[in-house]
Amino acid sequence: MTAKVSYDDVEVGTELPTREFPVNRATLVRYAGASGDFNPIHWNERFAKEVGLPDVIAHGMFTMAEAVRVITDWAGDPGAVAEYGVRFTKPVVVPDDDEGAVIEVSGKVAAKLDDEARTVRVDLLVRSAGQRVLGMPRAVVRLA
Amino acid sequence: MALDQSFVGRTYPATAPYEVGREKIREFAEAIGDENPAYTDAEAAKALGHPDVIAPPTFVFAITYRAAGQVIEDPQLGLDYSRVVHGDQKFTYTRPVRAGDRLTVTSTIEAIKSMAGNDLLTIRGDVHDEHGEHVVTAHTMLVARGPEAAEDTKGGDA
Repeated sequence: MTAKVSYDDVEVGTELPTREFPVNRATLVRYAGASGDFNPIHWNERFAKEVGLPDVIAHGMFTMAEAVRVITDWAGDPGAVAEYGVRFTKPVVVPDDDEGAVIEVSGKVAAKLDDEARTVRVDLLVRSAGQRVLGMPRAVVRLA
Repeated sequence: MALDQSFVGRTYPATAPYEVGREKIREFAEAIGDENPAYTDAEAAKALGHPDVIAPPTFVFAITYRAAGQVIEDPQLGLDYSRVVHGDQKFTYTRPVRAGDRLTVTSTIEAIKSMAGNDLLTIRGDVHDEHGEHVVTAHTMLVARGPEAAEDTKGGDA
């Protein structure tokens, strides 16, 4: 496993390149199929509204999958992720139009954890429509 | 009604092996729009030190969540699944999941907490390969909304 970023080259506060990930209804249908999560709140507007949601929402696990791409793209090797966790605090509402929603992700090195293991903690900020949608999204990454 | 604390620590039998397919990984990577070649090109994965293509970090959830069904559907535990939303998710990796892995999951009830009329149930899914080596552990926290709290609970994801 070979991250492309060297532990020695990063400092606390190092910022990862910010990304935007679009999500529309078709994205959700594809993700449902690939993940096996066919909960109708992710594709059926009538059902979503019946259970009190404003509209269809993205799978929390979809948002989690998109957010970590900021880290895997930066590190080079997705296998460099040693630990990754989030809280699902607000749903990403996906309207039935051409735009859908956008998940905006930024991240920075919050701590250098272990000089031997060359691990850092990366804290993410994950927002959609101006609101944080994941709580405490963070990962431990093994650098080169 | 609050869930029975005596279930904390209960471990369920390991699942039958799930064989990770190369095309299933590709399908998942395409669904999240991730073009990292480590997911689809064995040579690119090998250049990073992996024996074969690897799966995106959250891929394994489909396997661990299916395994957690043993807990969720345990009639003795008595969880009302119609009130369940996904609260937290965490993974700790020994190595990435890769094509050809035959993975078994052992689910354990890690914690049961009661908060504001809701039950918080944390299920740990320990994933091992066919050699018995640890691959990843998934910590899945589910919130079963109490009848009174249900109206106030925004957010979360079922």
